[in-house]
Amino acid sequence: MSAPETHMMEVLATKAEARSLSFYYGDFRALQGISMTVHERKVTALIGPSGCGKSTFLRCFNRMHDLYPGNRYEGEILLQPDNTNLLAPGVDPIEVRMRIGMVFQKPNPFPKTVFENVAYGLRVRGEGSRRRIEEKVEQALQDAALWEEVKDRLHQPAYNLSGGQQQRLCIARALATDPELLLFDEPTSALDPIATASIEELMHDLKERVTILIVTHNMQQAARVSDFTAYMYLGDLIEFGVTDELFIKPKMKQTEDYITGRFG
Amino acid sequence: MGMSDHASKQYDLDLDSIRSRVLAMGGLVEAQIRRAIDALSTGDLALSMEVIEADHKVNAMEVALDEDCSQLIVRRQPAAGDLRMIFAIMKTVTDLERIGDEAQKVARMAKNIHERGGPQAPPVVEVRHAAEAAISMLRRTLDCFARLDAEGAAEVICDDAGIDTEFRSILRQLITYMMEDPRTISTSLEIVWIAKAIERIGDHAKNMAEYVIYIVKGTDVRHTGMTKLEA
Repeated sequence: MSAPETHMMEVLATKAEARSLSFYYGDFRALQGISMTVHERKVTALIGPSGCGKSTFLRCFNRMHDLYPGNRYEGEILLQPDNTNLLAPGVDPIEVRMRIGMVFQKPNPFPKTVFENVAYGLRVRGEGSRRRIEEKVEQALQDAALWEEVKDRLHQPAYNLSGGQQQRLCIARALATDPELLLFDEPTSALDPIATASIEELMHDLKERVTILIVTHNMQQAARVSDFTAYMYLGDLIEFGVTDELFIKPKMKQTEDYITGRFG
Repeated sequence: MGMSDHASKQYDLDLDSIRSRVLAMGGLVEAQIRRAIDALSTGDLALSMEVIEADHKVNAMEVALDEDCSQLIVRRQPAAGDLRMIFAIMKTVTDLERIGDEAQKVARMAKNIHERGGPQAPPVVEVRHAAEAAISMLRRTLDCFARLDAEGAAEVICDDAGIDTEFRSILRQLITYMMEDPRTISTSLEIVWIAKAIERIGDHAKNMAEYVIYIVKGTDVRHTGMTKLEA
């Protein structure tokens, strides 16, 4: 796949790079040797029909598949700046997940207080100072645009929050450990349009510091939030390019058919 | 582009309906120019009046098509080729409406000339020739739009220069007429307006041909000269 023609004058840095990445659920090959660059401090959207492998691809980045036996990776995902192959056997998935946070489709706060949800990752990382934890929790909640809404109920159960607030809490939880890359797996499909807009707005603010990779079924969302878009089909990367170009003038007919609703 | 059908049948129907009404509007506009030029050649005042009055039909089609396009955008959020198609149609419809205005202008001038009567008959033949060229450009552009033919559209764009040349030659001729016999000035000036209207029709047809290339190739060839056309 050739590099996308970009009109942007800035120089793009690479945050992560998949190289000939294949993934197997047992005998089933779900990813067919994908090579793709994730640009630093940009939002990259993965789109494609159900079963195309976009979530599978996303989950490789933080070794989510390790949780089930029989799953197997081939190829590599290099994380910059240290050029670490995330899939290498010697790399600890817990370490990977400190650097690469994940937000899921349904908000999944822990059955703990608002505060403890965000503090959790810090404690796992071994942070002992009460004061440092408090600072970090506040900062993460600020960054997730949730602080004003929850600062007076930090010690109430997280389940008391609304769906949109719970999702922002999950984002704050992911941000608390200062991740370099955030993975979003359909983060707004369970939310109403207002909550969706606030998450999208948040992504826009976050990309100044964090690289974002998002899977979405909503093509308008991909067009709204992303700088780059990748179209996947049957475990293959069909087209990768600058979002504006991909949605106005895709190079591949398969991409065109999908984004214009001619698929299937 | 050779598009297959949308998963939504209604989407296909809506798009097809808009496209065929653009062609119908184009047909109406083409007839308007033809009849205006006929009225000029034959002095048929009733025909001039008909053309002048029929312009409101063109205007109504513009308004209706614009509304349908905005509805389709709201309902379908068209992307890629569909987006380029709708975008191009909204611009095409504006050019067609302007061509309609030019046809009306020609009919009004024809009426003025023939109502005034008089023996002076400056070069209506050349005007007719330029008008045929403009009508041909319009018709071929509409064909290219219907067939999504970018090569044909590029040819139409090249032809616009011929009409511009013809306009300048008509202008020179009229100037000599006016210098030789000042009694022809009123009519000559009206013929200048007619020739200018025809030249503008060529420009609008050229614009529409550029939109066809945008639909098919996704490249914007406006204000770029011929090099980009051949790319």
